[in-house]
Amino acid sequence: MRIEKVLRNLREKGKKSLIIYITAGDPNLKITEELVYSIAEAGADVVELGIPFSDPLADGPTIQQASYRALKGKVTISKILSTIEKIRKKSSVPIALMTYYNPIFCYGLDRFVADSKAVGVDGLIVPDLPLEESKELRGITERFGIELISFIAPTSTPQRIAAIAQSARGFIYCVSVTGVTGVRKNFSPKIVEMIEKIRLYTDMPLAIGFGISGPEQAKEATKYADAVIVGSAVVKLIENSRKDLSVMLPQISNFVKSLKEAIRTEERRKNKNKI
Amino acid sequence: MNKILPDKRGYFGEFGGKYVPETLMSAISELEIAYQKAKESVNFQRDLQYYFKNYIGRPSILYYAKRLTEKLGGAKIYLKREDLNHTGAHKINNAIGQVLLAQQMGKKRIIAETGAGQHGVAVATVSALFGFSCVIYMGEVDIKRQALNVFRIKLLGAEVIPVKSGSRTLKDAVSEAIRDWVSNVEDTYYMIGSVVGPHPYPMMVRDFQSVIGQEVKEQIIAKEGRLPDYLVACVGGGSNAMGLFYPFCGENKVKMYGVEAAGHGLASQEHAATLGNGKVGVLHGTKSFVLQDEDGQIKEAYTISAGLDYPGVGPEHAYLKKTGRATYVSVTDNEALEAFQLLSRTEGIIPALESAHALAYLPKLIPKTKKEEVVVVCLSGRGDKDTEVAIDKLGVE
Repeated sequence: MRIEKVLRNLREKGKKSLIIYITAGDPNLKITEELVYSIAEAGADVVELGIPFSDPLADGPTIQQASYRALKGKVTISKILSTIEKIRKKSSVPIALMTYYNPIFCYGLDRFVADSKAVGVDGLIVPDLPLEESKELRGITERFGIELISFIAPTSTPQRIAAIAQSARGFIYCVSVTGVTGVRKNFSPKIVEMIEKIRLYTDMPLAIGFGISGPEQAKEATKYADAVIVGSAVVKLIENSRKDLSVMLPQISNFVKSLKEAIRTEERRKNKNKI
Repeated sequence: MNKILPDKRGYFGEFGGKYVPETLMSAISELEIAYQKAKESVNFQRDLQYYFKNYIGRPSILYYAKRLTEKLGGAKIYLKREDLNHTGAHKINNAIGQVLLAQQMGKKRIIAETGAGQHGVAVATVSALFGFSCVIYMGEVDIKRQALNVFRIKLLGAEVIPVKSGSRTLKDAVSEAIRDWVSNVEDTYYMIGSVVGPHPYPMMVRDFQSVIGQEVKEQIIAKEGRLPDYLVACVGGGSNAMGLFYPFCGENKVKMYGVEAAGHGLASQEHAATLGNGKVGVLHGTKSFVLQDEDGQIKEAYTISAGLDYPGVGPEHAYLKKTGRATYVSVTDNEALEAFQLLSRTEGIIPALESAHALAYLPKLIPKTKKEEVVVVCLSGRGDKDTEVAIDKLGVE
């Protein structure tokens, strides 16, 4: 249970974690591999790799388009797992796969989890699989030692929060907005209330995601949570520089570093307050 | 078939469920509870009956198609005239039911997807009637082929948002409507138009549409003194078929045929025959048959009929197929166009291209029937909206 461990260890040291999402195969898998190295090196504590799906209901336009580009390049689960196998020879950064239920179901739940485990995947995030439908997949991920990460939303009731917290693995993905993925100008104040509610039920690491646009919001998010997830903002940079790789890698690396720096400032502030 | 389905988790056998983001789960529970209350509420049922009768004009006629029967030379053919409903299709039955629910739940805004535009028109109509603000998501491709309905929706005061992602048809309109719902779940009611989507929608839409089958039961007994031998209806998502079939599910002697759109033919890969040619999967919140490739990516459906152009199908149809209670067949664009003309010329009724798919199965079914047998076809909608497409295909001058 590596992701949970990494996040808990950092928390014990008074540190915050940075989770970076990219869509695998956007613009191609070779670059995805390079991106994972740069992102890990720039300070990401966990990399979330999206397996593209044709109908990504929980995603806004940025990740929809990234998925579309990746699928046009004929990216498949098998090819993505092979890429992870390669990555594992050079990097031990914890990796969580993010995808919708249908591609996994079609690949075969058992086979998917077994193959993911075999290449060194640590966690799995499935946004259209709520607690009620997750029993089968959860049983399999538990058996193979892959962390199935759960979501809690601003609309989740206390009863649901309690139930979700009880079976949570890795970290709890706290959805910061009532909506789909994509950067937003303002950080919802509701999130504070939500984090407090969740804390009543669990000491699981909490990560805030959806709508985090840059360092300022990342810093704000880690005031309340143990980790922050940045996706669409990174994917947008990849989209804009996809024709010029000499620009892309340093740009992504700098962006991740700026996020890391921002959450460090938050760590320092907190630690100082403690003293 | 006597079990009450769906079960508590929203499953019809192995099909159904609620595969939606966590953000929507509380809204779905809220809807489930509200619907359960409505189902048991005398006032709600009284209001529903009031609008069925006084607004939609129910019961719709069960019409004996004498000339069509003679032409095909077998069983007696009856047409359930849902095309005569206010707004011209069966979609309004469900829209009235759901708008009463939205009102009871205190929602302010209604959103919906539409393919052919019939559901969009129905939703815009009930939104106007009950004073809701209304947004309709419609694929760009469908906006082009259903211009008349787009105009009707706008005239009724609703906003039409063109969907430019993916195949730019019904599937993408559903995805976009779900994204809107995820973003505005607190004040927005999502009015799904077919027996698809997460539980409780497949059950709820079926229940509202069951008025079709219930009326058929009473009407055919009055006319023929017995139940029909065959029921035939087109299946895209499958709401008119489910509405016709459901009250007969326990009557094992009544054979049920769902007719899917084979587009350019099943071999061409350009079709919408989800039950005939799909695999089990999860799309738009429900586990059912889905048109998908070997990697689980959703395929684009194709058919001349915008209302059947969907790569998924209601989970209860998947269940009826699996248990063998209903039979699912398909007809091509050309067969549907022939039936479109056949009904127009023999009975003076221009059917919707969707309903023409159900009619197009008759030349295959009727030769196997006896003259004393009875077939009921659901004429789910009228064809005015399709005249442009038909002119284009048939070259009428």
